[in-house]
Amino acid sequence: MTHVKLVGVVLVSHSRKLAEGLAELVRELGGDQVPIIAAGGMDDGSLGTSYGRIEQAVREADQGAGVLLLGDLGSALLTVKTLLDEGVGEDARAVLADAPFVEGAVAAVVTASAGGDLESVRAAAEEARQFRKL
Amino acid sequence: MNAEHAGDEAGFDVGVLLAWIDRVAVAVERDKDRLTDLDAAIGDGDHGTNLNRGFTTVRAALEAKPPQYPGAVLVQVGSTLISSVGGASGPLYGTLFRRMGKALGEAEKVGPQDLAAAFAAGLEGLRKLGGASVGDKTMVDVLTPAITALDEALADGASAARAFELAADAAEAAALATIPLRARKGRASYLGERSEGHEDPGGASCALLWRALADTLAGGGAGTGAGAGAEAEATDR
Repeated sequence: MTHVKLVGVVLVSHSRKLAEGLAELVRELGGDQVPIIAAGGMDDGSLGTSYGRIEQAVREADQGAGVLLLGDLGSALLTVKTLLDEGVGEDARAVLADAPFVEGAVAAVVTASAGGDLESVRAAAEEARQFRKL
Repeated sequence: MNAEHAGDEAGFDVGVLLAWIDRVAVAVERDKDRLTDLDAAIGDGDHGTNLNRGFTTVRAALEAKPPQYPGAVLVQVGSTLISSVGGASGPLYGTLFRRMGKALGEAEKVGPQDLAAAFAAGLEGLRKLGGASVGDKTMVDVLTPAITALDEALADGASAARAFELAADAAEAAALATIPLRARKGRASYLGERSEGHEDPGGASCALLWRALADTLAGGGAGTGAGAGAEAEATDR
């Protein structure tokens, strides 16, 4: 298989531990080729969502194939939407998924690892909301 | 009235906008415990702390890099809030201020009508970002009637000072009117009917912003005096 640029995934949480824990989990499930960057908490480690940390994460996750962002709750999503409105997506193509955080991240990373493009990765994450657990 | 003449003829300069933001910062610091208490009842109890951190950073940022025109003040305030607040109020207030600043453009002086139009643009950006409508128990419930009151007063020929006073009155009444509402956005929406009976913290902080603007314009803020005062205060720190 020739080397293809893979879509990156950025996990945005109020909690650094939650974002890093989810990143650890999906790296295990999706292989180590997909750039998965955790952007959790504030710079000082407290709970919150940091515009600067997310911006940095998008740059790190971008290999040229675009970046899918997933957020945990309310203000994480508002911060990402603000970031995208401000044009961070211009040089790095970045989109926010309307998806459950854990299941969406798993679906996104598995799809990205198979070489799916940004739209397929987003669709996979958003379809994850249909999965029943029981 | 001096404010009327200065405001209606000359417009508000960068100093007036800086004086307004300074008053907002003072009001947020004064009321941070009240805002946090309101938020503790139905949210995550950090609204006062977060906003105070945001406006403290805003003051430092404006001091470090003084903006050259009114629109630039608000764009800088918005950007600083987005990157420093951490909670939902960061992107929400940040978007409000940035959209307002962009609407004011690069004019050196802005009139009351320009500010009214800027508030309308800010509200539009906020609604697009948060998806809230009137009645959802959010900042939108305060901004909407305040802008309407401002527009009506200006259309009736009121002075700038009087029009912004009426808008602040409307904002404060609207903040209290969020008390019986059931939250449909944000963390409070998880509480369902248990969110009823509490004032919305975002609505309460929004009312501070309007009162600070009215006080700025009433206190001779339409001239250059308030701007000079803000600069003098800034150099003190």
